[in-house]
Amino acid sequence: MKPTTPLLKVDNLSIELPAGFDRKYAVENLSYTLEAGEILCVVGESGSGKSMTANAIMGLLPSYLKPSSGRILLNGRDLLVMSEQELARERGRTVSMIFQEPLSALNPLMTVGEQIAEVMLVHGEGDARSRDERVLELLDYVGLPDPASLRHSYPFRLSGGQRQRVMIAMALALEPAMLIADEPTTALDVTTQAQILELIRRIQRAKGMGVLFITHDFGVVADIADKVVVMEKGLIVEQGTADDVLNRPQHPYTRRLIAAVPHPDESATRAEAAGEPLLEVRNLQKTYRSGGGLFTRPRIVKAVDDVSFTLRRGETLGVVGESGSGKSTLGRCILKLTDVDGGEIRYRGKDLVPLSQAAFRPMRRHLQMVFQDPFASLNPRHTIGRILTDGPVANGVPMDEAQKKARDLLALVGLDPSAYDRYPHEFSGGQRQRVGIARALALDPELLVADESVSALDVSVQAQVLDLMQDLQKKLDIAVIFITHDLRVAAEVCDKIAVMYRGAIVEAGPPAEVFNAPRHAYTQKLIAAIPGRHWNPRAAVA
Amino acid sequence: MSFLRRYAQNVGALIGLAILVVVVLVALAAPVLYPVSPWQGVGEPLLGPFEDPAYPLGTDLLGRDIAAGIAYGARVSLLIGIISTAVAVVIGVALGALAGFYGGRVDDMLMRFTEFFQTIPAFAMAVVLVAIFSPNITSITLAIAVVSWPPVARLVRGEFLSLRSREFVQAAVVVGQTGPRIMATQILPNAISPIIVTASLMVATAILTESSLSFLGLGDRNMMSWGFMIGAARTMLREAWWLSVFPGVAILVTVLAINLIGEGLNDAMNPHLRGRKG
Repeated sequence: MKPTTPLLKVDNLSIELPAGFDRKYAVENLSYTLEAGEILCVVGESGSGKSMTANAIMGLLPSYLKPSSGRILLNGRDLLVMSEQELARERGRTVSMIFQEPLSALNPLMTVGEQIAEVMLVHGEGDARSRDERVLELLDYVGLPDPASLRHSYPFRLSGGQRQRVMIAMALALEPAMLIADEPTTALDVTTQAQILELIRRIQRAKGMGVLFITHDFGVVADIADKVVVMEKGLIVEQGTADDVLNRPQHPYTRRLIAAVPHPDESATRAEAAGEPLLEVRNLQKTYRSGGGLFTRPRIVKAVDDVSFTLRRGETLGVVGESGSGKSTLGRCILKLTDVDGGEIRYRGKDLVPLSQAAFRPMRRHLQMVFQDPFASLNPRHTIGRILTDGPVANGVPMDEAQKKARDLLALVGLDPSAYDRYPHEFSGGQRQRVGIARALALDPELLVADESVSALDVSVQAQVLDLMQDLQKKLDIAVIFITHDLRVAAEVCDKIAVMYRGAIVEAGPPAEVFNAPRHAYTQKLIAAIPGRHWNPRAAVA
Repeated sequence: MSFLRRYAQNVGALIGLAILVVVVLVALAAPVLYPVSPWQGVGEPLLGPFEDPAYPLGTDLLGRDIAAGIAYGARVSLLIGIISTAVAVVIGVALGALAGFYGGRVDDMLMRFTEFFQTIPAFAMAVVLVAIFSPNITSITLAIAVVSWPPVARLVRGEFLSLRSREFVQAAVVVGQTGPRIMATQILPNAISPIIVTASLMVATAILTESSLSFLGLGDRNMMSWGFMIGAARTMLREAWWLSVFPGVAILVTVLAINLIGEGLNDAMNPHLRGRKG
C-alpha cells in the first residue's frame, strides 16, 4: 500500500509562553496525526494545553502566543506558513470547529437559519436559493425538528442541545474534511450529551470526516475515540489506540487520571445507617412564579414537587438530576436560603419551615453547605483566616478559640498553615474547595449539603476532594446531602440515591439497585446516557 | 501596590491629582498668603491683571484682590464639595444597601422615595432649600447633599442586588451571620470601587452647584466664593473681564482635575477596563 498523506499531521509543534508564566511552553514538541474517518481524542486537565493545537489550527491563538517551532500539516500543507487569505479559505471549508458554550458561540441577534447561510455566504458558496435549501437540509440532517420554522428562531429560544446541533450544522455547511470539537458536550446535560455524541459519531461515519475531539472526560473518550492523546502540562505523555490507552495505560499520569474517573463500586456493601432520623423532609413544595403582570398570567414552575425523604446520622444521600430538575432548589429549601410553599423539614423532630430567619439563625450552625463554584463562594476581599473564623464568631465563639480552630481545620483539609493569612485568589480551584469544606466544618455541623461541590474541578482534584469529604464524614459522623448531575460520582460516594426529574423524586434506593435495576423510565434513560458505561476504569489500572 | 501603579500609568489622572494638590495647598495657605480678609478693599479699584505686581490678577470695583478671593474661594468650594458628597454618599449607601439587600417591599418603598427626589430638577430643589433655610454654609452643604444622593442609592442598590445572590454571601447566611453584618463586611467591601468613583465625580458636581447658587446670590455672605465673584462681576463683563474669567478658570480647572481623578480611579479599580488603552 502506498503511503498517503494524513489529513492532519502535527509535527513537533511548540508554542512559547511569554515570560511570567509557570512554564516556558504552552505546548512542547507535540506530534500526532489524524487520518480521515477517525476520531482522535485529546484528553487532559485544565491547563494541560489540550485546546492549544486546535486554536493554532483555526488561528484562534491570543496575539501573545506564537508557535515557535514545528509544523501543522493539513493535507500536506503547512498552516503556519500560509497567508491570512489562504487560511480564511481553509477555515470552514476544510476544517471547522464547534465550541463548548453554544449560546455564546451563536450570534443572539441573528436567526439560526441566517447564521448557517452566512457560513456559505462568506465563502461565496451558491446563491440565495441554494443556500436556503442547504440550510433546511442541514437542520434536518442534525436532527432538529421542523427545520422550516426552526430556521427563523433566535438562539435563545433553543435548548442547549439544540443550539449545539445548530453549531454542528454550521460546521457541516461546507462539508469540511475535518471537524474540531472543543469540549462540545461539557455544558450539556448527560442525556443531551449522549445524543450529541451519537450525532457526531453518525456524521463522522457518514461523511468520513476526521474529528479532533478535545475533552476532559474519560467516559466520553471511551464512548467515541479511535485514538487518544493524553496531555499533561503541555506535553504528550501517552498516545495510542483507544483500546490501548483506556485499558492498558502505561504512563503513571494516565493511570492516575483513569483511576480518578468516578465509577460505581458495585462490590462494596454499606452498613445500613441506623438510629434516629436526623432530617425528615415531608411533602416539600416550592413553586417559582415569574413574569405575570396585571393582564398576563405568571409562568409557574414547580421546582420542588412533593419531595419526601429521611436522612440519618452519618448517611449520605445523593440527589441526582439534570439542570432544571429542582435538585439545587431542594438544597436551598433545606437551608432556608429560599422560601418554601408547603410541607415539612424536620431537623431532630423540629419543623424548620415555620421558623423566621431570626429564629432559625441559632440553628444554622448544625446545617452547613459546601457550594458549587470554588471561585465565587469565597469573598475575594477576605483572608482565608477571616473566612474560616466568620462563622464561629457569628455564633458566639471567642476570637482566639475560632482562630485556633481555623488553623486546625486547615490541617484537617490538607492545606498549609500559611494559607491562613492569604487571599482566595492565590489558590487553585481544588484548594479553594477545601477552604469551602473547612468553612462548613468550622461550625461542627450535623448535616452538610454539598451542591455540585466537585463539578467545577478537574477529575484528579475531584477524586481528592471526594476522598477528603468521605474521610471527614466518617471521622465526624455527619449526614451529607450530595447534590450532583453526575450519576457516576453519586454512585461512588452515596449510601442512597434519589433521582429527581421535574421537581419530583422519581426513584430512590441504594446505588447498586438504582444502577443495575432502574425502575423508572427516566432513570433508565439517565443511566443509559452515562458516558463510558461499558468501560471499567478500575479494571484498567488494577 | 498594583493599584497605585495602575493609577500612575494614567497620565491624565496624575495631572488631575497634581492640580488638585495645588488647589488644596492654596486653600490651606490662604490665610498666610493673604492675611487681610478677601472682602476688604486693599488696592485701587479695577486694576487690570499684571498692572500692579502686588495684585497679579487685578482688583475689583471695590479694590478687593482677585487672587485673594480665589484662594479663599478654594476653601469654600472644596469644603462644600467634600462634605456634601460625604453626606450624600452616607444617605445613598444606607438606602441603596437596604433596598438591594432586602428587596421586595422594602426595595419598592425606598426606590419610590428615591424616584420622588429624582423627578424634581436637582438645581431647582437646591435653590428652594437654600432659600427656605437662609443661605449659610451648612444649609448650602445639606441642600447639595439632599439633591445628589439618589444616583448613589440606585448604584449601590444595583451592586447589592447582584452581590446578594453570589455564593460567598449565601455562605455568610448559612454560617449564621446577621443581615447588617453581611451588608457591612461581605457586600460593601466588594461594592466600594464604583462608590468611590461616583463620589469623586460628585465632588466636582457639588462644586459646580455651589458656584451656581453663589452666582444667584444664594451663597454664604461671610465666605468668599468663586460663584459669588462671577455673579458680582457679571454687570462688568465687558469693562473688566478679569473679574469673572479668573474665578471661572479656577472652577474649570478644579472640576476638570477632579473628573480626571475620578476617571483614573475608575480605570485603576475596574479590572474589566484594565489595559483598554494599550
